[in-house]
Amino acid sequence: MRALAGWAVRAAAAVLTAAALGHTLWTGVTEPGTALAFAALITLGELARRDHPAQDRRPAPLGSAGALAYALLGQDAGLPTHHGVLQIVAVVVAAALAGIVPHIARGHAPALDHVARRVLAVAFAAACFQPLYGSGRLTHRIGQGPFLVLFLLLLLGLTALCDAVLAAALAGARTGWPFGPLLRDELRAQLGIGSAICATGVVMALGVAVAGLWALPVFSVPLLLTQLSFHRVDAVRTTYRQTITSLARATEIAGCTAPGHSRRVAALSCAVGRELGLSERELTVLEYAALMHDIGQLSLVDPVPGGATAELPPDEARRIAGLGGEVARQTGVPAEVAVIVERQADPYREQPVAARIVRAVNAYDDLAGAGGHPGGPLAALERLRLGTGHDYQPEVVESLARVLARGGRGRVVPAPPG
Amino acid sequence: MRVLPPAARACVLGAVLAAAACVTPALRPGSAVPWPAVGLLAALCLGCEAARVLPLRGRGAPEGTGPFPPVVLAAVFLLPPAAAALVALPGGLAQPAPQRPVAVRRIWHAAQQAVAAWAAGRAYGLLGGREALAGAAAFPYALLPAALAGLVFCLVLTALDAAVLAAAEGTRAAPGRRGPAPLPRPSSGTAPALAPYCLHGLVGLLMAVMWHSPYGPPAALLVLLPMYISCWVFAQYQREQAAHQATIRALVQAVDIKDRYTRGHSERVGQASAMIARELGMAGDRLEVVRIAGILHDVGKLGVPTRLLRKNGPLTPEERRVIELHPEYGHEMVRGIGFLGEARAAILHHHERVDGSGYPYGLSGEQIPEPARVVAVADAFDAMTSTRSYSRARPVRTALAELERGAGSQFDPAMVRALTAAIGRHGWHPVVTSDEDLPAVQAAAAGAGPREAGREGPPGMPAQGREAAGSPGQGKAGGP
Repeated sequence: MRALAGWAVRAAAAVLTAAALGHTLWTGVTEPGTALAFAALITLGELARRDHPAQDRRPAPLGSAGALAYALLGQDAGLPTHHGVLQIVAVVVAAALAGIVPHIARGHAPALDHVARRVLAVAFAAACFQPLYGSGRLTHRIGQGPFLVLFLLLLLGLTALCDAVLAAALAGARTGWPFGPLLRDELRAQLGIGSAICATGVVMALGVAVAGLWALPVFSVPLLLTQLSFHRVDAVRTTYRQTITSLARATEIAGCTAPGHSRRVAALSCAVGRELGLSERELTVLEYAALMHDIGQLSLVDPVPGGATAELPPDEARRIAGLGGEVARQTGVPAEVAVIVERQADPYREQPVAARIVRAVNAYDDLAGAGGHPGGPLAALERLRLGTGHDYQPEVVESLARVLARGGRGRVVPAPPG
Repeated sequence: MRVLPPAARACVLGAVLAAAACVTPALRPGSAVPWPAVGLLAALCLGCEAARVLPLRGRGAPEGTGPFPPVVLAAVFLLPPAAAALVALPGGLAQPAPQRPVAVRRIWHAAQQAVAAWAAGRAYGLLGGREALAGAAAFPYALLPAALAGLVFCLVLTALDAAVLAAAEGTRAAPGRRGPAPLPRPSSGTAPALAPYCLHGLVGLLMAVMWHSPYGPPAALLVLLPMYISCWVFAQYQREQAAHQATIRALVQAVDIKDRYTRGHSERVGQASAMIARELGMAGDRLEVVRIAGILHDVGKLGVPTRLLRKNGPLTPEERRVIELHPEYGHEMVRGIGFLGEARAAILHHHERVDGSGYPYGLSGEQIPEPARVVAVADAFDAMTSTRSYSRARPVRTALAELERGAGSQFDPAMVRALTAAIGRHGWHPVVTSDEDLPAVQAAAAGAGPREAGREGPPGMPAQGREAAGSPGQGKAGGP
């Protein structure tokens, strides 16, 4: 059913593209200069796209903004324009594909879904705006002033909303994660770079109307700056995650825990968290906490046998958790992370949600891990189910069982090279 | 409250008078000031300032210098210079002043902004920007005046900052000064950041163009949005960066704490390594890599059982073998951190000796990576010049002579020469930062004090062990 939705979106985009290209080839391009300028801008935006859009929802903001601006273009330096909806779609698709070619040549083909979404969003905005504006009804109603700006903003807000729904549907079709949290994350992403893209799209269209095509390069500058800032923040986040992973590995190297334990717990915890509908930010906190959950063992003079905290007496486990919280507090991670590490051994009714997940998943990995339970994963899950009265939250254990049954891990921490 | 030095007072007074002179023409009757625009722009300045002060859902809003510069610059391009100065006033007044005297600081900020806006407005007018903006084709022609006006704005701000800094510090004994200088913003430096102000000028111009157009102020506000988000993201970047630094420091502290009498050792080795690297002509990223390598060189000790590190008495050969694994542990730990690059090799090889008798691989001469040779010298130097449980700190001169003796057998002579030269030029002023960062843990350590403290404690436990890197004479030249 879900996969069907994904294919429907892609098919709609493909049909639209074919129709647009056919129509434009048949009738020729009206106002080729303007079309070429916008196409160049979109191509450049695509060229500046990142090659690793793993967590990046809008990898080519300049391309998106240029496409939206072309869809909302009603005048060029005071003279009305006559490009239709189909020509807009054709120009946007052609320019985007031209910009993608070098990426494909380097072996980093962007996901087709991004292109499909772009086509549909642009077509939606153009179809809402161009006929109204071209017939003069819009200017007759609200004039050529500030109200037009508001109308355009409203229109782009609507477009962004549709785009978010599409994106969530496509992501849901791809990954099988629940739709609600995906939509929430998409909408949150729209608030950041998404709103900058929309604002630039509107302003670019209006700027061209006022000052001609010179407006295109000039109005791209602020958006490029925004893109740069997002890149830097992403880069530092990646490094940060690597450093935290290293810190977490300290326990393994010290022989306190089994090799790979913290990474496995982090990956499984994130999968369970996703299943339970946590948001992107909560997942990050959960991931850090899961990576660091055993860090308290570094303070022990003698390591716990086997590093498995699941089988320790509760008081002892709680004390080690407290020590871990103290270390985590020094590392500059968000305060919630330290709290989760600290409370990971409490009974589940007193824990925050993320700590419940860490507790259950840690216990599972300890019980099912290397040299652990003779019965393997199933027996380990059974042990967790027996503990749901006091130690583990039943819902978390059931999510864990579902995730394990799928054999999927939501978001695996990038494996270190070598 | 601290009393301002008279020179600084004069400076502030001068700025206020200048600002008043800039603003007066706008207030004179008969001046053709578009008051609605002035009010709107001033409110916008205030709004940006308020958004900066109020925490946005607890995560903090963008930080910048002064009221959001593009808004002030847009006013500069739209209004006569006197009116632009008027627009800049409220934003400056609302700017948060982190230190006392708050009132004087705010007045200073306002006066500074007003004068700078006025000067930028004059420059813009002289370059013919106003005619270009009013004409049909604003774009290629108004760009240059706008960028230059941005530069003028920045230069005036910087010059005023420098003046008040000089006035405030001139009368104060510089080294013994406690706390920050009375007035200037922390961002003020001798090298002003010119490029951002060119950009602010450009965005201000875009705002002005849209403001002039039939679409009016709403369109101008939209121009501001990407810039605002960009600043917001940049603030996030700085926070994440700080968090990352803290994590690195936590790694280092975890080592320092496990093996207590080397407290501060890591930071000092980083410092000495950087000195050597600079002397060798390294710069930029490579220098930073060597510094980080110095700081993290012993991170593998996290993998060595605490009992061994704290052992009081001679180590058995078996125990020494375990401790000598720490370079490999360290390398294993940090190999996932991409930005460390060469520093990873330095961590692995910092106990190699030039004659090939070191560990873990027994590399010799040029086989040992350069950063590792740097860190080896810095490590030994700090081991000798700091007090250890088995030996008192030795004078710098003696330590350098000892290094000289080891040059060619244990150390790379070039590195020893570089360290000697660097210390001859700058002296050796070790920073001990790590102690200050450990309040909670230190308290715990103090509490656990003399007894062997149960089995364990928070990572701040005192340690009475011997030098962890084996018998000092073998591992490091630094040992007795």
